[in-house]
Amino acid sequence: MNKQSKGPLVHIVKRGSLPWYAAWGIRALAIVLALIACALVTTVTTGENPIQVYAAMIDGAFGTARKTWITFQNMSVLLCISLAVTPAFRMRFWNIGAEGQTLAGCLATAACMILLADKLPNWLLICTMILSAIAAGAVWGLIPAIFKAKWNTNETLFTLMMNYVATQLVAYFVILWEVPKGAGKIGIINQSSELGWLPQLFGSKYLLSIIVVAIATILMYLYLNYTKQGYEIAVVGESERTARYVGIKVEKVIIRTMAISGAVCGLAGLLLVGGINHTVTTTIVGGRGFTAVMVSWLAKFDPIIMIFTSLLLVFLERGASEISTDFGLNQSFSDIITGIILFFIIGCEFFINYKISFRKAAGKEG
Amino acid sequence: MDNKTPAVRMRNITKTFGPVVANDKVWLDIYRGEILALLGENGSGKTTLMNMLSGIYFPDEGQISIDGREVVIRSPKDAFDLGIGMIHQHFKLVDVLSAAENIVLGLHEPGRLDLEKVAERIRGICNAYGFEVDPHQKIYDMSVSQKQTVEIIKVLYRGADILILDEPTAVLTPQETDKLFAVLRNMRNDGKAVVIITHKLHEVEELSDRVAILRHGQFIGDMPTKKTNAQEMTNMMVGHAVSLNIERPEPVDPKPRIEVKNLTVRSIDGVLKLDDVSFTAYSGEILGIAGISGCGQKELLESIAGLQPTEGGSICYIEDNGEREELIGKDPLAIADMGVSLSFVPEDRLGMGLVGNMDLADNMMLRSFRRGRGFFTDRKSPKKLAQDVVHDLEVSTPSISTPVRRLSGGNVQKVLVGREIASAPTVLLTAYAVRGLDINSSYTIYDLINRQKQAGVAVIYVGEDLDVLLELADRILVLCGGKVSGIVPGRGAKKRDVGMMMTRLGGNAANE
Repeated sequence: MNKQSKGPLVHIVKRGSLPWYAAWGIRALAIVLALIACALVTTVTTGENPIQVYAAMIDGAFGTARKTWITFQNMSVLLCISLAVTPAFRMRFWNIGAEGQTLAGCLATAACMILLADKLPNWLLICTMILSAIAAGAVWGLIPAIFKAKWNTNETLFTLMMNYVATQLVAYFVILWEVPKGAGKIGIINQSSELGWLPQLFGSKYLLSIIVVAIATILMYLYLNYTKQGYEIAVVGESERTARYVGIKVEKVIIRTMAISGAVCGLAGLLLVGGINHTVTTTIVGGRGFTAVMVSWLAKFDPIIMIFTSLLLVFLERGASEISTDFGLNQSFSDIITGIILFFIIGCEFFINYKISFRKAAGKEG
Repeated sequence: MDNKTPAVRMRNITKTFGPVVANDKVWLDIYRGEILALLGENGSGKTTLMNMLSGIYFPDEGQISIDGREVVIRSPKDAFDLGIGMIHQHFKLVDVLSAAENIVLGLHEPGRLDLEKVAERIRGICNAYGFEVDPHQKIYDMSVSQKQTVEIIKVLYRGADILILDEPTAVLTPQETDKLFAVLRNMRNDGKAVVIITHKLHEVEELSDRVAILRHGQFIGDMPTKKTNAQEMTNMMVGHAVSLNIERPEPVDPKPRIEVKNLTVRSIDGVLKLDDVSFTAYSGEILGIAGISGCGQKELLESIAGLQPTEGGSICYIEDNGEREELIGKDPLAIADMGVSLSFVPEDRLGMGLVGNMDLADNMMLRSFRRGRGFFTDRKSPKKLAQDVVHDLEVSTPSISTPVRRLSGGNVQKVLVGREIASAPTVLLTAYAVRGLDINSSYTIYDLINRQKQAGVAVIYVGEDLDVLLELADRILVLCGGKVSGIVPGRGAKKRDVGMMMTRLGGNAANE
């Protein structure tokens, strides 16, 4: 008999396009699978009941009104930084310097609060803080953009390095302004006078940043999708040659967009220092400049979808830290859980773009 | 057929890409000692079918046999082991290596690499089939046709006796094409199986022994080339009868529109791309530009469009009332602001003329998005324009919100040309407007260009198919190494003469 030759066991086929419900079905399935995988890992390694662990996660993020408010406040800061990096990403300018740009905004805010509190009326102080935070962020974004536009330097490296410069600057000023001397930290600025503290809205200390970021989200959505500048960003991102061909000045767009990107980071810095923490440390941004990259990518650079991706990431972070305290687990355990869930969520995009076909079990006769 | 065993027998081959069926139960036999022309319009699945034979894609269904034995080709390596070699349209060579180094690259021969021995074998292959190549020449020093030769030798060196060439003549001059065909005939006589993918009918008639035709991924039929003719093959390719004549109306009231004087352009690396080029383009006329690829055609068009920094010379735009305006030193935006309506269909459609990931409506906006005062874009008129273009030019697309990269080559070009002529230009620059387009789409484009010409537009048409240039253009400017080799009237010009002018300044002056 002639040997039936065999094709490869699996091969990968690119899909055309999936209807949106199928794509979201795959994503939902990925989350379910991720939860099952986490449950297995939890049970095997700690012997805890996974249902209880999940309940604790939800409790950690939404257990009480206060916890819920904090979750949304954290989300607003993360979302704000994610909004900031998005125009740059749409332009294929890989700005991973949001950490530093935000920190620059934080430092500028703190500087105003410390140096100008007794020299200006409070309303003018707050206006100065807003302007200087936004300007500082914008400058931090502009520097790599100008180098990119003029000399085509690598923006990824450049923005990354600018993070460390910002951190060191903050470290210097923390020592310069430390209270009390020798404490190595600034502490709460203007604690008694509350000068330069951003006002509370409707008596809630959480609401201000949430509302500011909600407005920023809508503005960014409109800017990217419905304005001439937003259109220019999209064209430059897709193809610089096309942009030149239709007379778009690519250098100008790069510089302008990074100024906006940095400015929104500066706004996040203002909210962090003026509205939430009332102090500045080298770690105040806490890696959110990098998490924002993931928020933006997961949402495919769509500001509206970023609301959900930022909520997901903040939920994971707060839920995971809750279980590590509740069950007396190591902090690393929450990282493992977060890692597993993200692995599934990011990995499922592969199955949305590709289909895996297996060799048919019974070989058909030719 | 006869009792010969085919070298390759493909049966019921099906391949799908998402919702697109690229090949639908295709049957094909390839015999040794025969040149088979695989003919079909764009998107008819020719390249996909051959890619499955050479291990780049794996068929969803179907069987391939080599010399009567069923085989599975999982990778290009499997294909090589079976003696199948494919020469792709886009060369895959390392520029900084020599021909010999490129040829042995990726081969794991035992022992030390002896480049001299390799060169010796290469010379042997060259002598056997009539190639001319220096094994030690670097790729970056080579012309397109030499690179192609290296690609062919690379395949032969690996012992291939089933050769597939994907549109090999697209980048060659007529003389180079003749040389290639001679080599391919030598290979056939040596008992190799040769397949060329093409959609140029006169090449099929000149070269092939048998022709197989695909349409919309399906196998339509095959027959000995001698027993068919261009009209029948076209009808089989397209599925209905088409006329193969290109119109050439007489220019009406030509006036000077663009005057180029002593234009000199250097590339960023300092290479002289255009050297003292002078000519005048008239309204209501098609000025064809002929030349081997890379002889300054791109730089010439981009200089006029304001995209290419120039070193010297002038480009004057002359209005109907005789007013002259200098275009050099102005970018596309400044040129448009001057009120010069200049349209440009660039060679690189998706990389320059359009944005592949954007939909039709957004691509229409590329030219018009600045219109209106406000901060926001006007989305309505581009949508309207997209609908008009889809309707008027019969673009086949699911909707105007489909990303243009999903359209076939012909439809992409219709979208681009449609947008460019929508602004009622006075000058229309086109580069390789029908490259890669099937017959139907090509004729649509010729027709559109002719209509612009009749509307009084000065058309500059850079083309690679001399037969078309000779039929379409009113005058032909021949470039050779960045210099003007000559300007001849399109009516009555001989293909041979133009071909000579492409390779040597002044053309057949040496013969006289």
